[in-house]
Amino acid sequence: MAAKTLTIDDKHLSAEEGATLLQAAKEAGITLPTLCHLEGIYDVGACRLCLVEVKGLTKLVPACTTRVAEGMEVLTNSERLRKYRRMTLELLFAERNHICAVCVANGHCELQTLAYSLGMDHVRYEYRTPRWGVDHTHRLFGMDHNRCVLCSRCVRACWHVEGAGTKNVSGRGARAHIITDLNQPWGEADSCTACGKCVQACPTGALFHKGATVGEMVRDRHRLEFLVTARQKKEWITD
Amino acid sequence: MKVRLATVWLGGCSGCHMSFLDLDEFLLELVDQVELVYSPVVDVKEYPENVDVCLIEGAVCNTDNLEILHRIRRHTKVLVAFGDCAVTANVPAIRNQLGLGNAESVLQHAYIEHAQNNPRVPRADGIVPPLLPRVLPVHQVVPVEYFLPGCPPPAGQIKTVVTQLLAGAAPQLAGAELKFG
Repeated sequence: MAAKTLTIDDKHLSAEEGATLLQAAKEAGITLPTLCHLEGIYDVGACRLCLVEVKGLTKLVPACTTRVAEGMEVLTNSERLRKYRRMTLELLFAERNHICAVCVANGHCELQTLAYSLGMDHVRYEYRTPRWGVDHTHRLFGMDHNRCVLCSRCVRACWHVEGAGTKNVSGRGARAHIITDLNQPWGEADSCTACGKCVQACPTGALFHKGATVGEMVRDRHRLEFLVTARQKKEWITD
Repeated sequence: MKVRLATVWLGGCSGCHMSFLDLDEFLLELVDQVELVYSPVVDVKEYPENVDVCLIEGAVCNTDNLEILHRIRRHTKVLVAFGDCAVTANVPAIRNQLGLGNAESVLQHAYIEHAQNNPRVPRADGIVPPLLPRVLPVHQVVPVEYFLPGCPPPAGQIKTVVTQLLAGAAPQLAGAELKFG
């Protein structure tokens, strides 16, 4: 496969044709904040945290869904990007009800970790405090919409790793939310195989094992990547 | 001259103050450098004037919180939002999800529906402050200089921030020093 040469933050590098800017940056040792990205599942550019500047483009583009091109000049840590990233992150916290102190994922949450790494010590926007429910109808798992960031990792894991197609996104804008089957309670969703891949995929405390209490929801993030690599490359690599 | 330090407890569980007491022997060093002019741990009734630094625990939940917070802002140079309730409104703000009338419905729930004896919502004008329609983090009511999140903030982080403030530096927590929950 042809190689493309480009610069990321003034680093000259080459990447395989078809690689994403996120992959190229990672190989060059440059870390970008991500939330909707999960190894093993295709990218959709939903969370906007990995936005980068590309010379010649006025728009910021998500690194996870933008392919490398010859001669591309990419910036990943400009003042403009830092400003927007912090804004995006704060809006994620303000949108629903993220109360770390009483969350099953406290201490193991990707949203929380992002806040720390981006130095977010408070949220400047007014909290919306919407009223969302908890679906506790499934025999094994729970879904707390208050903690959902709509990254859609659970939906993609359900459709493209498990192949069940139970989970979907319904509604638009602030009313968008994750549903199971035809907007039925999870416990009545016949297509669910109770495999738990969505629970492993969730970056926050929105999906959890029933019975888990504060800070107990520790996930094995590499499980999905392992499954996909095993299927596609016939490589059964595990740590 | 000693730094005039205050700590205040608004709508919170006092856990942040417990964590403050966890400073242990550093408290002895602290009393050499500061004069504790107002705090739940000292017997001063009125928030004084000319305060240098005030650590504010708790969210703004009722009219008393609101009143003292404005007084604190008027008489204090540096405000630190101390702990998750002050920084994010945290657990006390869960009632905001119930929308308009949330204050009345939580009082009903706690004092009437769950009462075993003598179901009655406590009301005493001038003694029991009415709840605000919405619980707010401190910085949405008055400007705040610094933020020290955590539920509670670990003693180590409190020490970091207080030490930096006493040295005249602008404290800023990042990475491993930041903690929510």
